[in-house]
Amino acid sequence: MSSAPVLEVKDLHIEFPTRRGILKAVDGVSFSIAPGEVLGVVGESGAGKSLTGAAIIGLLEPPGRISSGSIYLDGRRIDNLPYEEMRKIRGRQIGAIFQDPLTSLNPLYTVGKQLTETIQTHLDMNNEQARERAIKLLEEVGIPAARERIDAYPHQFSGGMRQRVVIALALAAEPKVIIADEPTTALDVSIQAQIITLLKRLCRDHGTAVMLVTHDMGVIAETADRVAVMYAGRVAEIGPVSEVIHQPQHPYTMGLMGSIPEFDTHRDRLIQIDGAMPRLDAIPTGCAFNPRCVKVFDRCKAEKPPLLSAGKTEAACWLHAK
Amino acid sequence: MSAFVTLNNVSKIFDVSAPWLNRVIERKPQSFLHAVSDVSFDIRKGETLALVGESGCGKSTVARLIVGLYQPTKGSITIDGKDMRIVDDTGASSQALRRKVQMIFQDPYASLNPRWRVADIVAEPIRTHKLLTDNAAINKRVAELLGYVKLTAKDGEKFPHQFSGGQRQRISIARALASNPEFLICDEPTSALDVSVQAQVLNLMKDLQREMGLTYLFISHNLQVVHHISDRVGVMYLGRIVEIGDKKEVFGNPQHPYTRMLLDAIPDLKMTGKARTPVAGEVPNPLNPPTGCAFNPRCPQKLAVCEQARPQLVTFKGRAVACHANAPTSL
Repeated sequence: MSSAPVLEVKDLHIEFPTRRGILKAVDGVSFSIAPGEVLGVVGESGAGKSLTGAAIIGLLEPPGRISSGSIYLDGRRIDNLPYEEMRKIRGRQIGAIFQDPLTSLNPLYTVGKQLTETIQTHLDMNNEQARERAIKLLEEVGIPAARERIDAYPHQFSGGMRQRVVIALALAAEPKVIIADEPTTALDVSIQAQIITLLKRLCRDHGTAVMLVTHDMGVIAETADRVAVMYAGRVAEIGPVSEVIHQPQHPYTMGLMGSIPEFDTHRDRLIQIDGAMPRLDAIPTGCAFNPRCVKVFDRCKAEKPPLLSAGKTEAACWLHAK
Repeated sequence: MSAFVTLNNVSKIFDVSAPWLNRVIERKPQSFLHAVSDVSFDIRKGETLALVGESGCGKSTVARLIVGLYQPTKGSITIDGKDMRIVDDTGASSQALRRKVQMIFQDPYASLNPRWRVADIVAEPIRTHKLLTDNAAINKRVAELLGYVKLTAKDGEKFPHQFSGGQRQRISIARALASNPEFLICDEPTSALDVSVQAQVLNLMKDLQREMGLTYLFISHNLQVVHHISDRVGVMYLGRIVEIGDKKEVFGNPQHPYTRMLLDAIPDLKMTGKARTPVAGEVPNPLNPPTGCAFNPRCPQKLAVCEQARPQLVTFKGRAVACHANAPTSL
């Protein structure tokens, strides 16, 4: 994929001012996504992956704010746009899919009403055309008997079907980028497979770039082209998905991969990373992972490692310093 | 080995009818939800039985029935030779039975009282069951329990909000262990946790089982976790057990089409970029289940008989399968 990136995040910092000082939730994150590419972002709770996604769609909750860095969509800087400008981009050029399909749909409106509203906000269509397009979208995301079900309310759909409606909503204006924040976490494993397959097929067909935020390595493994592993607000490792999974270069990624129970390996104990991710007000100096790292040495405690080329991936670890 | 816990044709039916006035005015019929139907299994001492299935399949209801939070509509539950129906009594034998059975819940944020200090939370079962009366002895025991779950006695002074999710789940485990139980029911104990923390909790649970000879009933929808921790596995679908047997057998050579479907739906880390086989259809409405085998609308091996007759669980070489197309005699 050599084409110019559709989404580019450069040295993004997000902070929360509090009475006891400023908390740095995202600390210098950079990545880019090419058209039609799926970038997986994994990490544990509090790693800053959802905040990064929220910053891109311009939905950071105050007092959270972007303190430095920039976000480019198709070469245009979007992180400093006024609210109304951003409103036009959101939905039209950047779609969003959230974790819980029940809270992201309005329970008081029919599914059709919500779809046609989104379509008419962004595209120049009359009621008739918008309704036809809504039905087509529902068919495309695999809702059976879409023409009859378009006037149903969200509660009349099951969890998996609701998430399909949310995907239809995200795709309604043919955005260039979709931010999918834990899209399958609230679903059963059998439904999860359906939704992932659907999301993957639609994005390939439409050439949409996807930033897939999740804590589920399995979902990443089968969906993403590249993956970024986040830890304590920084990217610990980024690279092609098979390399990161099979030959992780950062000690944190290694521990993370080892802690996932698997079928064909019969070990009695899982590899565990002792301790927990640091709180935002107590991030260690140097590499944030150093107190839990098995390969820690002096430099890790003094200097923050930048992303260094390591094997076929890039890892923020001094082990790879040349 | 004899069975430590026995469930004998246990059913639980919930009355989910509309209020009486609505039934009269709107002529709505009474409706009943069959959450659990004819579930029978044994758990041997020191063993881990896992129940898996999708949301709404009744696995958590089974857990609540065993621990005595619900009373079964039909059937009986025996733990260590004593019928569970006596838990409603207030006598000494009921107390003794409750002491032996403890539960760990899914959400470590909701299952700990935010206004209590951790030491009081862990000491509560000791005080309730009057296992120790002397305060100094209780404090010593609490420190010991916190040590089991890799926390320090000093952590007892803190409140639950000062701990992370994994640490809170360890506090829940310490509380469950406080009454010297023999049987722990774990309802999705790691679902709310991140994978690296999940690994810590699973390793801890295995170590405790080895040291104290605990028996576990482990409820989860995560098949990898179940594969890691269990000795035997029961697969539930719409309130019934469709397949139950040794872990290696069930995962290595699944017989019921639903078990195969669940196993196929798991993302495989080894196969990056390859799509898994998505499963057709969804779980039917339990208020209006399909006739015959409840799985027949989604089943790739459906026979004519599947719509008419419900398959019985047939046991063959220690494994039981409820399927017309895959009767275990053909193994």
